[in-house]
Amino acid sequence: MGEHHGPDKGIKRWLYTTNHKDIGTLYLCFSLAMFFLGGILAMVIRAELMYPGLQVVDPDFFNQMTTCHGLVMVFGAIMPAFVGLANWMIPMMIGAPDMALPRMNNWSFWLLPVAFSILTSSIIMSTLGFGQAPNFGWTFYAPLSTTYAPASTDFFIVSVHLMGISSIMGAINVVVTIFNLRAPGMTLMKMPLFVWTWLITAFLLIAVMPVLAGAVTMMLTDRHFGTSFFDAAGGGDPVLFQHIFWFFGHPEVYIMILPSFGVVSAIIPTFSRKPLFGYASMVYATASIALLSFVVWAHHMFTTGLPLAGALFFMYMTMLISIPTGVKVFNWVATMWRGSMTFEVPMKFALAFVILFTIGGFSGLMLAMTPIDYQYHETYFVVAHFHYVLVSGAAFGIFAGVYYWLPKWTGVMYNEKLANAHFWCSTIFVNLLFFPMHFVGLAGMPRRIPDYSWQFADFNWWISIGGFGFGLSQLLLLAVVIQAGRGKGKKVSDEVWEGAEKWGLEWTVPSPAPYHTFSTPPVIK
Amino acid sequence: MAEKATTYYVPHSSPWPIFASIALGTLVLGLVHFIQQNTSAVDNDGSLGGLMFLVGVAGMITVLSLWWRDTITESLANMNSAQMDVSYRMGMMWFIFSEVMFFAAFFGALFYVRNLAVPWLAGEGSNEMTNALLWPEFEASWPLLMTPGGDTTQAMGPWGLPLINTIILITSSVTCTFAHHAVVAGDRAKQVRWLGITLILGYAFLVLQGYEYKHAYQDLGLTLDAGIYGSTFFMLTGFHGLHVTMGATMLTVMYFRSRKGHLTPDNHFAFEAAAWYWHFVDVVWVFLFIFVYWL
Ligand SMILES: [Cu+2]
Repeated sequence: MGEHHGPDKGIKRWLYTTNHKDIGTLYLCFSLAMFFLGGILAMVIRAELMYPGLQVVDPDFFNQMTTCHGLVMVFGAIMPAFVGLANWMIPMMIGAPDMALPRMNNWSFWLLPVAFSILTSSIIMSTLGFGQAPNFGWTFYAPLSTTYAPASTDFFIVSVHLMGISSIMGAINVVVTIFNLRAPGMTLMKMPLFVWTWLITAFLLIAVMPVLAGAVTMMLTDRHFGTSFFDAAGGGDPVLFQHIFWFFGHPEVYIMILPSFGVVSAIIPTFSRKPLFGYASMVYATASIALLSFVVWAHHMFTTGLPLAGALFFMYMTMLISIPTGVKVFNWVATMWRGSMTFEVPMKFALAFVILFTIGGFSGLMLAMTPIDYQYHETYFVVAHFHYVLVSGAAFGIFAGVYYWLPKWTGVMYNEKLANAHFWCSTIFVNLLFFPMHFVGLAGMPRRIPDYSWQFADFNWWISIGGFGFGLSQLLLLAVVIQAGRGKGKKVSDEVWEGAEKWGLEWTVPSPAPYHTFSTPPVIK
Repeated sequence: MAEKATTYYVPHSSPWPIFASIALGTLVLGLVHFIQQNTSAVDNDGSLGGLMFLVGVAGMITVLSLWWRDTITESLANMNSAQMDVSYRMGMMWFIFSEVMFFAAFFGALFYVRNLAVPWLAGEGSNEMTNALLWPEFEASWPLLMTPGGDTTQAMGPWGLPLINTIILITSSVTCTFAHHAVVAGDRAKQVRWLGITLILGYAFLVLQGYEYKHAYQDLGLTLDAGIYGSTFFMLTGFHGLHVTMGATMLTVMYFRSRKGHLTPDNHFAFEAAAWYWHFVDVVWVFLFIFVYWL
């Protein structure tokens, strides 16, 4: 078994592969495709909302667009992108030959195209005029998703099951790889933070994806087998659905942000040329965020109606999360303090992440306060909040990571002109898109409604311009990735970034990284 | 016993995962069609759904068998290092943890309904008007024998079949442990015997559970659509039964592998995984017995 295999020839390489780098590439390409699909759905939403009144789509189709945009972006774009980064980087960062369970790794990936063909087919069919795609919001609250839902809901349910199986297997692979395949000397507290944040993310995934599976299973039996989990006439409760959904849903938002924390914690030291200010405090902060995420879920349900003690408990717990999050932000800032900083594209995205994510964090803190949430709930303020943390947070973290590691993957530097253009366009348009949403939200514009009162017209026109601009800017990313993927660009050294060698094992292997790395583990001193 | 491999074995490639994905996709699509065709959600009396479902099931069984055959061949050829053995063990443990969380969702639903939703419907706390305006006749109780909507059922008592089933399953956990000791001691006759007994107990449990369901439907009026008591009862016991079936299937495979002498004192991860799984379904049953049948 000693000799090295190169990749298989042709399509079989991608269909049958067990190689972590191939599978990482598959995940990233799939995620990019879903990012554009989700983006197209968002463009439909912004086209309708550009002017007051109904002009582009009918309200039911609008509901399908908001629902599918959310589902595709969360489960199709963000989560698979992180798994792709994990596949590529974790084995290289800990000195492992591959992921611990390579065949299962391939299975985790190939379930995703199956799951999303099912979900996407209902969107396409609805667009062509056959039936309705899911239209109950990405949170699929009962009874909208049970009693009043279209027939495609059952297909949605099984596609969630498949995504869940995929995520759980992917997460098990990450945990086992990290616990069992670290090179000698790579103690837990020497692991790069990206590995740490992914370890904790994987734990969250294994803990909450099964709960989501349970929720959709109860939906299925309520829809077809006469059970009454979410039906008060049978002794159940629609509010039960919200509890179960958010018990999954809140850890889920951390699943979508923790790996970005890891990426940013890798990038900022490199371009500040200083070690991370407080490594251990970052690890503990990540772990506390993850643990707290299990006891805050009902902050999504203040207006649903909770017993007073419950509302207070969930308010205080939620506000507590700002402490470990603050530890992180101060850590990043302190790392940059008096560093000899340079501003390559990954660093630019990391800086934008720190600033814009913090804005999203602040609006989150505002939403955490129960009495204030009564005013903000179900308005565009909430939309502004979670898009700041998920687009200029999670997605910017992914962009930063892709630019940071792309030279290692491909052996060439990305096209710097295009990459800079991508950064500036994305950053300007993302703020034009989401910042005014705070204002219209505070003024009372409800979310998920295809029409609005006239006083919101000017803001919404600008928001739509920001949306189209942000969407089109992503074509620049596509161009950069295709160019680099085809090996067009300046050849890079093994170290890629000046002085990067001391920040991680991935910078000690050749660029582009060979098909197999660390078949015999390195020794870490 | 030959030396274990020293390098971590990474299979070059495998066709099974992608075929497993296609088979699983066929299975779930068939299932949805079948359900929709048979619950009047869609006006369609075709049988395509059932057929697709069966094709999917057959596909999964075939692909997974071929996949496991590969891993068994590798294991017998000593390609697995001790490190890989640890990977498999950890993988199985985390998989069982995910299963624990799956059951946690249903237990959570049960506790929420029993302790909060049903009393609230009867007017507890600040919900007096809910009760007065919606279902003034409704009174809270558990098991919920009459729903707010007026459906009635009878409760499933714990001390008949459920108790017998509890004893059967706990005994099977013990015999499974005896089989494990026999594997470690390298005593093949003993391991085959204890595994056989475990299997008989496992299948007996399933048969009795089927009989209990028949009793519930025919004599007690306890059905899936008999309100939240029936919903939680069948969801929890049903998924548990499904897991017992999976565990019994794994142990059946182990039974035949142990007869072939595949299980050696220092290479029997597959058996341990099946045994852990068996203990896990056993523990879940104890919770079921306490919270679904008894209290
Ligand atoms: Cu939350």
